[in-house]
Amino acid sequence: MKHLLGIEHLNRDQIEQILETAESFEEINRRQVKKVPTLKGKTIINFFAEPSTRTKMSFEVAEKRLSADTYNISVSTSAIQKGETLADTALNLQAMQPDALIIRHAVAGTPHLLADVMDCAIINAGDGFHEHPTQALLDAFTIKRHKGRLDGLKIVLIGDITHSRVARSNIHLLTKLGSRVVVSGPATMIPPGITAMGAEVEPDPIKAVVDADVLMTLRIQNERASNLLFPNAREYARFYSLRQELLNYAKPDAIVMHPGPANRGVEIEDSLMDGGRSVVLEQVSNGVSVRMAVLYLLLGGTQL
Amino acid sequence: MITLIKNGRIIDPRNKIDFVGAVLIENGKIKSVVEGDISGDFDEVIDASDMVVSPGFIDMHVHLREPGYEYKETIASGLAAAAAGGFAAVCPMPNTNPITDNEEIVSSLLAKAAQANGVKLYPIAAATKGSKGEALTSIGALKAVGAVAISDDGHPVKNSGLLRRVMEYASSFNFTYISHAEDQDLVGDGQMNEGDHSTLFGMPGVASVSESVVIARECLLAEYLGVSVHIAHVSKEPSVALIRFFKSRGVKVTAETTPHYLTLTDEALGSYDTNTKINPPIGSQKDREALIAAVADGVIDVVATDHAPHHEREKNVEFYAAPPGIVGLETAVALLLRHYHSGVLSLKRVVELLTKGYEILSIDGGDLSVGSSADITIFDPDYQWTIDRNMFLSKGRNTPFHGFQVKGAVFRTVVDGKSLYVRKY
Repeated sequence: MKHLLGIEHLNRDQIEQILETAESFEEINRRQVKKVPTLKGKTIINFFAEPSTRTKMSFEVAEKRLSADTYNISVSTSAIQKGETLADTALNLQAMQPDALIIRHAVAGTPHLLADVMDCAIINAGDGFHEHPTQALLDAFTIKRHKGRLDGLKIVLIGDITHSRVARSNIHLLTKLGSRVVVSGPATMIPPGITAMGAEVEPDPIKAVVDADVLMTLRIQNERASNLLFPNAREYARFYSLRQELLNYAKPDAIVMHPGPANRGVEIEDSLMDGGRSVVLEQVSNGVSVRMAVLYLLLGGTQL
Repeated sequence: MITLIKNGRIIDPRNKIDFVGAVLIENGKIKSVVEGDISGDFDEVIDASDMVVSPGFIDMHVHLREPGYEYKETIASGLAAAAAGGFAAVCPMPNTNPITDNEEIVSSLLAKAAQANGVKLYPIAAATKGSKGEALTSIGALKAVGAVAISDDGHPVKNSGLLRRVMEYASSFNFTYISHAEDQDLVGDGQMNEGDHSTLFGMPGVASVSESVVIARECLLAEYLGVSVHIAHVSKEPSVALIRFFKSRGVKVTAETTPHYLTLTDEALGSYDTNTKINPPIGSQKDREALIAAVADGVIDVVATDHAPHHEREKNVEFYAAPPGIVGLETAVALLLRHYHSGVLSLKRVVELLTKGYEILSIDGGDLSVGSSADITIFDPDYQWTIDRNMFLSKGRNTPFHGFQVKGAVFRTVVDGKSLYVRKY
């Protein structure tokens, strides 16, 4: 494997190899000196054409802890503002001989476009609402650390599945590793064909979370209200927020996850976000280990 | 000038001809069509052994991009591509820049065509000024200078009250309104057909009903007003069912589909190849099967290409930024013949689908009657070749069919007795 464009085309062995490798990097992140020379001399470009705090920072931390040379481009500083096509930008970046390019873009398939024109490894850091593979990997890593396994778990995703790349990558990954994934939300946010991807649909969140091992809620984009997906935040919170009432129906040891950034009081109540079952900040910590593993496997170590 | 085309299988559905015979052409007109051979002295003899000799094909839905987008295509390059595809006549849509909504532009298109290779050009004019959906165009005057129909192709006339007047007024001039049936509000920011594949590929979907709700409105208006309507590029199963229903009620509705809807499904979008981005979007396997059945049983009357050339740099962009559409003139016959080889369509039906446009638009042509213009397409339904976009005479290279192995090729396109295209390979 040369690129990480998505989870869809990975097999179980490849996913497990990434998760096991992440396990071995986890320890580095708890050292006094959090740096190893593994990717010394490698050039990595972080190309974020859509706003990102967590993912961009997480990749950069992972790259620097592996001693790679990293460069950041955002849309406001790139030539795209001056009218250059993305394909031309890609060719120009390629001419500087990078080893990897991390791409975040609002249009599905853009990492594939870059993979066609560039020679370096392309890592998809989120394309439209298609895939966000490293998020799914860090979610799986986090679940596995708490539950010891992924096989046989019931994992419930609540929220805007239609517009979520996190949901898609998680459905691919978790079902490949034997979990049962149930999605819930208003009908305007459940896309056709989601069952063909392996998820079950339960429109009522209370029914959906019964005996769940993991409750994951997705960020609600308030601007989507203008697309008529829901009337307003207050109505959404009343029926679809992750709240104590829902948690009561889940397994006693169920964990609460959110890919961030969270709208507190909309898709998740503060008490759950900050409560004892929340693993939201662990997800962020684990993101660094998982991204180190992906970079190592694509650039430095044995082939995936 | 006397030309003989001999040894070919002559298929002329309108005159109920299907035999191996000879066509004699004198001074650009059909002189006679006979079974067997004709002896005598001729200036030119064309041997059409193992080939089908049919009335020249018409493509009633193309975009030739002139005026305004000559870097994508010109009348000259578009008509060259038409001849190479077996089309003796084409009808360019009015979404040029400026929009083809007045007599001057229609006349200039015809003047440009007169300078080109000889393929006949029958312009379709805008239904409303600037295709803005606000005011009628001068349909009578447009017809007087040579337009053959009206359409705001690219989108429908949104205002139903205005559309009623467009269809009514056009009927006074025996003009048919051609509808690009897509409800723009339902389409929204959609990029591909909504369904399993749009969900899997993470792209905004276009619901199939975006097309059929508009078709229902157009057909209801046609029925109420007692006028004709033509539905362009039908792509979805519910649309086929609706057209079938309205035809059974005696409504004067005709419909076209394209070779690409008969060939591809929305699974092809998984490549994120912008050459799979088309409006209306390519449908599901169920849609494709319904369309194949409908071209066979006659609910779909005609196959047109919606030939939509774009420059390579316009397509080599992020998917959502790419303009919709693909070229079609030079691949249409081979793609349609796939359904002959699969046993769904007879060769007679293939010829009907490629010549019915003359009748729909009340244009002379579409048969080999004695005395009519010698517009003839000669094709080998079994010839195997590989589609190569670099061989296109169109300026457009935007096709998802590059590298497709196909069976069936046009070998000669004759217009007014002159061979405008002869396949060299």
